Amino acid sequence: MTIYNLYIFDRNGTCLHYGEWNRKKQSGMSKDEEFKLMYGMLFSVKSFVSRISPTDIKDGFLNFKTNKYKLHLYETASGLKIVINTDLGVGSITDVLHDIYKNIYVEYVVRNPVCDLSQPIESEIFKTKLDEYIRALSIFATRVS
Amino acid sequence: MSKQASRSCDPRKVNGELFTLTYGALVAQLLRDYEDDEEVNKQLEKMGYNIGVRLIEDFLARTNTGRCNDFRETADIISKMAFKMYLGITPVVSNWSAAGDEFSLLIENNPLIDFVELPDGHNALNYSSLLCGVLRGALEMVQMEVDVKFVQDQLKGDSVTELRLKFVKRLEDAVPVGED
Repeated sequence: MTIYNLYIFDRNGTCLHYGEWNRKKQSGMSKDEEFKLMYGMLFSVKSFVSRISPTDIKDGFLNFKTNKYKLHLYETASGLKIVINTDLGVGSITDVLHDIYKNIYVEYVVRNPVCDLSQPIESEIFKTKLDEYIRALSIFATRVS
Repeated sequence: MSKQASRSCDPRKVNGELFTLTYGALVAQLLRDYEDDEEVNKQLEKMGYNIGVRLIEDFLARTNTGRCNDFRETADIISKMAFKMYLGITPVVSNWSAAGDEFSLLIENNPLIDFVELPDGHNALNYSSLLCGVLRGALEMVQMEVDVKFVQDQLKGDSVTELRLKFVKRLEDAVPVGED
């Protein structure tokens, strides 16, 4: 099992943070464009899911799988979105995503008055804590190849 | 475990009096700086707004609440969860408008005014204006534009403090560039 990368978007679609661990192949476009593409995709899938759903949905779009990877989405009521791409062996990681929101984003960004909430996060302590947290996860463990 | 002991365990909990007195010092300083009650109300509201937009994240992270389906649910969460969590009180929700888009929060023991007596000549001052801003800022972040104002104030001789919340509109999710 492994984690490939992580995106954090604010409610306006600005990419606040991007982190990458075991990503072997790049998208071949600039990061900015990749962020826009990712956000646009999330937006569309979300609206797709809510329109197509045959019953009332509570949580909506939580994840999708392709035959190579799995994308997990966590969205707060305030519109913050955390996206993690992992390999296929990973189950539901809602708890992990909530933990990142609660113990890392709120703790080191929201509680830090110098951090502008609508700009990419520059805080080093946030980046360090997030990286440590991700690396310590059991689902991060990867066979070295 | 006694309340006292559990309090000292959690470094986030501070003595309520410290908060009340700090707030008092803030209002006193604003009164000195602006010398105009209306302007002080405005400044307090603005500070509250800035607090609210951050506080909502803390609230959502700690309570794990999702989006509200209607304004009544919002009212319940504000009084029973948010006020309880941050001020240790549970205001009464009442005076619903027929359309269900307006309600009042009746606060009986407002902790902000524990040691306060309004001096003469400050009849326009809404001492706890900060609360209005906090509510407005926090709700704006969850896609609700809300108007909050003071209706009654214990400091001005009313029996309760009453905040009136009026739902203005639902703010739409931002659409990514290049789509509509």
